[in-house]
Amino acid sequence: MSQSLVVDTSEAAVGPARPVDPGTGTSPGPGRRVEARRVLRFLLRRPGLLASVLVVVLVVLASFWPGLFTSRDPLKGVSSQNFRSPSSEHWFGTDELGRDLFSRVVHGAQLSLKATLIAVAVAFVVGGLLGLVAGFVGRWVDDVLMRFVDVLLSIPALFLSLALVTALGYGTVKVAVAVGIASVAGFARVARSEVLRVRQAVFVEASRSCGARWYSVLGRHVLPNAAGPVVVLATLELGTAILAVSALSFLGYGAPPPAPEWGTLISDGRNYLGNAWWLTALPGLVIAATVLATNRIARALDGEWSRQR
Amino acid sequence: MSRYVIKRLAQAVGVLWAAYTVSFLVLDFLPGDPVSAMAGAGADSAEIDPAQLAALRHQYGFDKPVLVQYADYLGRAVRGDFGDSVSTGRAVTATLTDALPQTLQLTGAALLLAVVIGGGLAVLATYTRQRWLRQLLLSLPPLGVSVPTFWVGLVLVEAFSFRLRWFPAFGNDGLRGLVLPAVTLAVPTGALVAQVLAKSLLTALDQAYVETARAKGAGRWRIHLRHALRNASLPALTVVGLLVGQLIAGAVVVETVFSRDGLGRVTAAAVTAQDIPLVQGVVVFGALIFVLSNLIVDLVYPLLDPRIVVASSRKASFA
Repeated sequence: MSQSLVVDTSEAAVGPARPVDPGTGTSPGPGRRVEARRVLRFLLRRPGLLASVLVVVLVVLASFWPGLFTSRDPLKGVSSQNFRSPSSEHWFGTDELGRDLFSRVVHGAQLSLKATLIAVAVAFVVGGLLGLVAGFVGRWVDDVLMRFVDVLLSIPALFLSLALVTALGYGTVKVAVAVGIASVAGFARVARSEVLRVRQAVFVEASRSCGARWYSVLGRHVLPNAAGPVVVLATLELGTAILAVSALSFLGYGAPPPAPEWGTLISDGRNYLGNAWWLTALPGLVIAATVLATNRIARALDGEWSRQR
Repeated sequence: MSRYVIKRLAQAVGVLWAAYTVSFLVLDFLPGDPVSAMAGAGADSAEIDPAQLAALRHQYGFDKPVLVQYADYLGRAVRGDFGDSVSTGRAVTATLTDALPQTLQLTGAALLLAVVIGGGLAVLATYTRQRWLRQLLLSLPPLGVSVPTFWVGLVLVEAFSFRLRWFPAFGNDGLRGLVLPAVTLAVPTGALVAQVLAKSLLTALDQAYVETARAKGAGRWRIHLRHALRNASLPALTVVGLLVGQLIAGAVVVETVFSRDGLGRVTAAAVTAQDIPLVQGVVVFGALIFVLSNLIVDLVYPLLDPRIVVASSRKASFA
């Protein structure tokens, strides 16, 4: 397709592959402290990035320990207190049944985070494996797998996940799997081009000529050096997956009603647009902030961090 | 040139066939018998008459071997017949072609807005010498791709329909009804256009010909628009496929938010009713639009940049 016209150059370019130093991950003591100080300085120079990290940390905390943020029950409401606008008592106001919206958003983080992680994990594992096999084995296997990936790319992602939802049924996990499979193609492409790039590197050739088996070449040299861009893509995919999952649950295919999933919260609030703006506006802001934060972190991982070295 | 065209056409047909096959596999093979899903979709009673099930199976040909089914369906699909919708009983193709004009109107308006606003933003951001203005403008596109489309739509409805009463909140009537949906759909699309164009403009401004033009005394605007923009907009064409995908996917959400008739509404209703023939029709139709737009880009590209065909034919002779 049109991609193949233009992207060819970048795939063909054999950049100087930097072998991963096996020591960095496990270096004890002083080396680690220097690294930590560098991370801190890197963050302090970029207030936007710092705020993004903070947002992500808060969302993760909320999904594991919602009790840290609110003591109210997300499912039980006081019907005499319905449609209260945001105040110091109810930060995000209350809904039509008098349930506290802030507590619903906090408890919903767990569902949404779970769905997002499942989606990215499916895309990462399946796409990464496809790309790895295609790039490492080559020949006809490569051709067959990449043609398949091209086809997946030619179906708009939302339509593919809608078809999968039709086949699999409704529910948070099913929606997450559908979103994950719809983004397999991107991972397969990146993983393949990385494996191809690394496979031609001198150190791979050297270890082959030393008589290393294919699996040790793959595990010790190709995988560690090819993983970087795929991981960056995964962080970038987090934001996309949050949006896709919330769009599908907005359309009504996510968790069934009482569950406070973020997309469902907004579609519930839609019925009260005229008299309770907070029911749609505030959960949406939370989604936007989370996506913005993960995208910012992905951008930092992508270029800024390595350029600073 | 004609070899290039034929090769691209053959590729497009191949991709469409494969897309059909993938959708067939997904919808007819996965767990969950399509017939019981269809029969159960309307009534929520747990037990369905087995004789009725068998009759339905026979009607849709599910009692035949899978390969025969596949050949049957493919043969009909080639002639543009995707069967009848299970929930409404109308022909799938007619349902889709009826809904298409509304969606084209929406996506067309959104694309126009996206290119004008996104393009303008990119040009201004790379032209200005004010650091703060550049920072501000360049921070907008990442924001645009991070907000959920349906949320933007709802906030716009809240502000402009319920508070200010400028535009209708729902429905298809006329130009006034088109404004809010088109703006909503233009937000993520325009953000994408701005991101890509700003990046390629910055690359173009670094080129030697810009230096030459400046040395010859051309003004900044002239360099920016006549030299840099013309060269920078070529690489931006490559994301047209991405844009089209985003537009049709966005239309599903936007049409639901604004209760507009169109392809997106049909799609959402089909998934809700587990209307398998209609969903399959939609998926293949989406792939068709995507493939066609990529094909058009591929065919127009060599006219704009003659180097492409030379490069591709040289590669072909290598292989």
